[in-house]
Amino acid sequence: MAETRARPLSPHLQIYRPMLTMLMSIAHRATGAALYFGTLLIAWWLAAAASGPNHYAAVQWFMATLIGRLILFGYTWALIHHMLGGVRHLIWDTGRGLGPGEREWLARATLFGSITLTIVLWIAGLLIVGGGGTR
Amino acid sequence: MKEASLRTPLGHVRGLGSARSGTRHFWHQRLTSIALIPLSIFFVVLVVSLIGRNHAAAVQILGSAWIAILMLLFILTITYHMQIGMQEIIEDYAHGELSKFVLLIANAFFCIAIGLAAAFAILKISFGV
Repeated sequence: MAETRARPLSPHLQIYRPMLTMLMSIAHRATGAALYFGTLLIAWWLAAAASGPNHYAAVQWFMATLIGRLILFGYTWALIHHMLGGVRHLIWDTGRGLGPGEREWLARATLFGSITLTIVLWIAGLLIVGGGGTR
Repeated sequence: MKEASLRTPLGHVRGLGSARSGTRHFWHQRLTSIALIPLSIFFVVLVVSLIGRNHAAAVQILGSAWIAILMLLFILTITYHMQIGMQEIIEDYAHGELSKFVLLIANAFFCIAIGLAAAFAILKISFGV
């Protein structure tokens, strides 16, 4: 290497026209990062369960607040979206589904599937809360 | 390299990719992602089934052997999966060597701490101490 100087960089996000496949790619990374920090909730929940009724009640109280519900709803969607996005990547890893029509279809299916499944899960969850109460 | 060297230019950079390793992470990320399809479904079903239950009922369910084993598999797999995933993000966006190393170390500590805390909690519930 003769000298050190700024190397030319490849164009970044702002140069491309937004496309669904690109947004799904960004969403996959973003949901992955969100789930990363969401594991704090899982660890907190499990540690509280291991610590006793009072700690567990505190977690349940927080999850029932509006902020708690919103975080849980976001976490549910992120988990399902990241999982479906992961399945899409596994399909791509086999060399299938990379054609222009196929990848567009897969992107739509991922988004539609994640939103639908999240809503179905939450309706089921809210029915349990509404019907069963504290058991 | 200003000094004379007998190593070829390729030899200088071999093994010096951003991750200092080859395709191991790629493969392990696929391996864990396949495992996480059934494990995540299990986790979601478990959480939904625990909605509204009090501590005693939740602990009884979480502490049963099969649930505890699946939860341990889930926790250990997600923490490994997320360490690789976050490392990839860090390697993409952290351009300074120092900041990259600090973030990679923090990433490892976070994932290990979360994994151990969750695993310990599951074992404690399961062993009923």
